[in-house]
Amino acid sequence: MDRENLQKIIATWGNEAEFSPAPVPANEETGTKAISGTQFLEVTIKPEHLLTYANKLRNEPELQFDFMFNHTCVDFPEHFMVVNHLRSTRHGHEVVLKVKLEDKETPQLETLSHIWRTAEYLEREVFDLFGIQYQNHPDLRRILLTDDWEGYPLRKNYEDPVNMISL
Amino acid sequence: MTEETLTKEGLKTQEYFVNMGPQHPSTHGVLRLMLELDGEIIKKVIPHIGYVHRSIEKMCEKDSYRQIVHITDRMDYLSNHMNNEAVCLLVENALEIEVSDRVKVIRTIMSELTRLSSHQLWWGVMGMDLGALTTFLYGFRDREMINDIFEETCGARLTMNYNTPGGLMFDIHPNFQRRVKEFVAHFKTKLPEYDALLSDNVIFRNRTEGIGVLSKEDAISFGVTGPTGRASGFSNDIRKHKPYSAYDRVEFKEILMETGDTFSRYKARILEMWESLSIIEQLIDNIPEGEIQSPAVKAVIKLPKGEFYQSVETARGELGVYVVSDGTKNPYRVKFRSPGFSNLFVLNHLAQGYKIADLVAMMSTIDLVIPDIDR
Repeated sequence: MDRENLQKIIATWGNEAEFSPAPVPANEETGTKAISGTQFLEVTIKPEHLLTYANKLRNEPELQFDFMFNHTCVDFPEHFMVVNHLRSTRHGHEVVLKVKLEDKETPQLETLSHIWRTAEYLEREVFDLFGIQYQNHPDLRRILLTDDWEGYPLRKNYEDPVNMISL
Repeated sequence: MTEETLTKEGLKTQEYFVNMGPQHPSTHGVLRLMLELDGEIIKKVIPHIGYVHRSIEKMCEKDSYRQIVHITDRMDYLSNHMNNEAVCLLVENALEIEVSDRVKVIRTIMSELTRLSSHQLWWGVMGMDLGALTTFLYGFRDREMINDIFEETCGARLTMNYNTPGGLMFDIHPNFQRRVKEFVAHFKTKLPEYDALLSDNVIFRNRTEGIGVLSKEDAISFGVTGPTGRASGFSNDIRKHKPYSAYDRVEFKEILMETGDTFSRYKARILEMWESLSIIEQLIDNIPEGEIQSPAVKAVIKLPKGEFYQSVETARGELGVYVVSDGTKNPYRVKFRSPGFSNLFVLNHLAQGYKIADLVAMMSTIDLVIPDIDR
């Protein structure tokens, strides 16, 4: 399914989601400027809508996003952005489900590990490095760092005077 | 220690934990598996990773895009060329730069040679894990030829850094084509020996067939890519689904199996080696002329503001590079979707109810490279 139709289907679920623009090349004849757009269709939602959207993306017969090929987080100055890259192995289309977390002190999010099994471990990594508290996660422990590590290294305000080397 | 229970005969028994690793030959690096055992039967496998975590993603935030290329072959060191290529392709796509056909073809040959050398090492080590030391020597004998080819052209045997954004570090060595053709001819006679040694060996077959079956649904849900996933019938070859470099102009089959047991994961890689040989043969005589470095790439690379994702097929599966750029010369955030990370965690699902010796066979066919998992 192409990007336009994907957006149409997801837009019918409610008006909470924001969609990213598709890239448009510049047209010299009509004089329109290029729109940079995004590589994938990006759907940005609030954390309280995550489970509804994730379940629908996974289970709607014409969507079937059954393969989570990436899950990560980005620390922006004002918010955390949790990014889920999803692909349908049946239909071949891809979508990026983004969740904006405004709370920078104690960010919380529902787990998706019961929908995509791989999410259990990818979420542990995000918890380890960003400190996102996943609710209802079966086994939320640090995964790469030691259990007694202090702080969350991939946050932009992280300081470690001993181990960090700045060039 | 868990609670004691009584067996039918009235004997005391209890489940217990055994640490496999961090120093264990079959983990191929510093990986620690905590095994919950009932006698010799595995109840649960709890992987502990992070022993070689170098925080590569944090380092990348301080590095320029040219420097990031050099870090990537420290992740999956057996897929070094492909890792380099992933970052280069991302930069080229973000800047909308087209590299010359010569670069595309050379990159594809290099990637396939890397895949062959990785699978040769895997095959040798797989035999050794199961107690057959001969395979190790056979695998390394043939791998040495590829390493020599790399050494001549790239100047390195492990950390290549041959790909750069916009092209290649330098042109191929004058001997390159001749030596690759020699290697292909040599290896075509040796690959049937691999089958004779292991694939048709009754002890090997008994230890791998029907062991650790992974269904297609579970492979997708766990995100198991590469030959490991394809052995379960999960079609995930990036070279086919999203062709990059010269993969759209060569003919090759995506190896798909149905059973998903340890033997089919083994067989998938053996068949993949034949496909790699065929890809190299199609390209080696047809390397077009052209520039090896695109002049459009400036010394200091600044990506436009936005988010970029590029995936390539390494010897282990889908490697994804996700970059968030704020328009400066350093990325704002880099994430590597490493194939080994997702593949490792399927182990607990596979191994339950099997014996420790079977776990070693399963681990071999998942083909773990620990620095790739830890990053």
